[in-house]
Amino acid sequence: MESSRIDAEITLTVDGSTCTLTVDTRTTLLDALRDRLGVMSPKKGCDHGQCGSCTVLLDGRRAVTCLTLAVAQDGAQITTASGLSDHGGLHAVQQAFLDQDALQCGYCTPGQVCSAVGMLDEVKAGHPSHVTQDLVAEPDLDDAEIRERMSGNLCRCAAYGNIVAAIRQVVQS
Amino acid sequence: MPFEYRRAEGVDGALALMTENAGAAFLAGGTNLVDRMKLGVTNPRMVIDVSRLPLAEVEVLSDGGVRIGATVRNSDLAAHPIIRSRYAVLARALLAGASGQLRNAATTAGNLMQATRCVYFQDVTTPCNKREPGSGCSAIGGYVRYHAILGASDQCIAVHPSDMAVALAALDATVVVRDHRGEHNVPVNEFYRLPGDSPERDTVLKPDQLIVAVELPAPASAALSTYVKTRDRASFAFALVSVAAEIELENGIVAGARIAIGGVAHRPWRAYKAEEVLLGSPPTEDVFVQAADAELAHANPQSGNAFKIPLTRGVMVSVLRSLTTGGSR
Repeated sequence: MESSRIDAEITLTVDGSTCTLTVDTRTTLLDALRDRLGVMSPKKGCDHGQCGSCTVLLDGRRAVTCLTLAVAQDGAQITTASGLSDHGGLHAVQQAFLDQDALQCGYCTPGQVCSAVGMLDEVKAGHPSHVTQDLVAEPDLDDAEIRERMSGNLCRCAAYGNIVAAIRQVVQS
Repeated sequence: MPFEYRRAEGVDGALALMTENAGAAFLAGGTNLVDRMKLGVTNPRMVIDVSRLPLAEVEVLSDGGVRIGATVRNSDLAAHPIIRSRYAVLARALLAGASGQLRNAATTAGNLMQATRCVYFQDVTTPCNKREPGSGCSAIGGYVRYHAILGASDQCIAVHPSDMAVALAALDATVVVRDHRGEHNVPVNEFYRLPGDSPERDTVLKPDQLIVAVELPAPASAALSTYVKTRDRASFAFALVSVAAEIELENGIVAGARIAIGGVAHRPWRAYKAEEVLLGSPPTEDVFVQAADAELAHANPQSGNAFKIPLTRGVMVSVLRSLTTGGSR
């Protein structure tokens, strides 16, 4: 196939910077971020949507970047864990991960943090989860809810207990 | 494999591109198609992106039913006030599927069109009749924990993995399909195929057709519904067995029963035989067991997944009990 048909020019806004680049249509958003733009915060774990380490906020919502084509995200606004704070300090979720020692090796942490930020927005919008008893009531974010809502992020060091504590800290403050 | 990417302009534009490019694939959220492309299981020469088509509305119809646009995200549908309050079984099924991140990407039509699959289908180094017709079935005699016990053939024993589709089967939903001849309504219970001799086809959808919506009938006024899923871990795993059910009681007798089972067949399995036993009977434990046994009488498990028979029976009975004692909604 001639290259003009498999190359596409796209524009992405990543952590506030807008870039235009040409990608092979096969490039995932994750590979475009890491290999083309040098944005190393989203991590490649399973590369099949099962581990969550590549999670970012995509147009404001948490999403895995390994299962979407970069070309399909032309024009997207992306926030990675590196771009969460707009004042140079740490985002409340990042601070809570530090306070609660919610990581060991840290590889899954940028994805965990982005997922937690997106998840807290979903709760604010009233979204129920699999463990929500009353589907029409405002969800109450107890530990069971936190665990269920964060199930798309694996931590092979098994820092889960402290990750739940970190998110609880954000909810309570 | 290299492929050309095109963003569809309107439904007609999408259909025209598909007609001109045999072997193309429609792309929505990508959570299954992109994965299959990376695995080398599906190799389209062109990808037609339909994710930005204006099909993201949920609207109440004049007959009290609901029309769900094809590109409504699974998370938005599960959180929609009408779905949460009037179609609990659907909200529960959506929330039992995948992860928060995947539900934010996956669409209504994409969820329906995810491949009926198993580990061998996804592994291009093994024979698979669904992936390569005539090559053989690696699952039969292999790892069968997640495979079918109902309606399978000697060609394929894979199951359809959607939770949402099981709820839609219990709700008697309709899949609204567009092609160049116009719009067609396909009952979801006729949308999926059993494998038979052509396991490469999951649905009756033709290559030049595009799903534009799913329609739900008006909810039965006195019905209670729920969705219960059993799996190997508490969250983010496919069903071993799941049950979607909607039950209406009238004067202490079952007046309405719609039950569908997930994780047991090549398609969401509507349990008509169980429903027959339930209708007109009192909601007793004996009746529930009889109903489940009627459905499972022709179950044909592999050695390695016969546990699904008592598991299915147990989940069915438990769901029926909870719905008839007002314990769920």
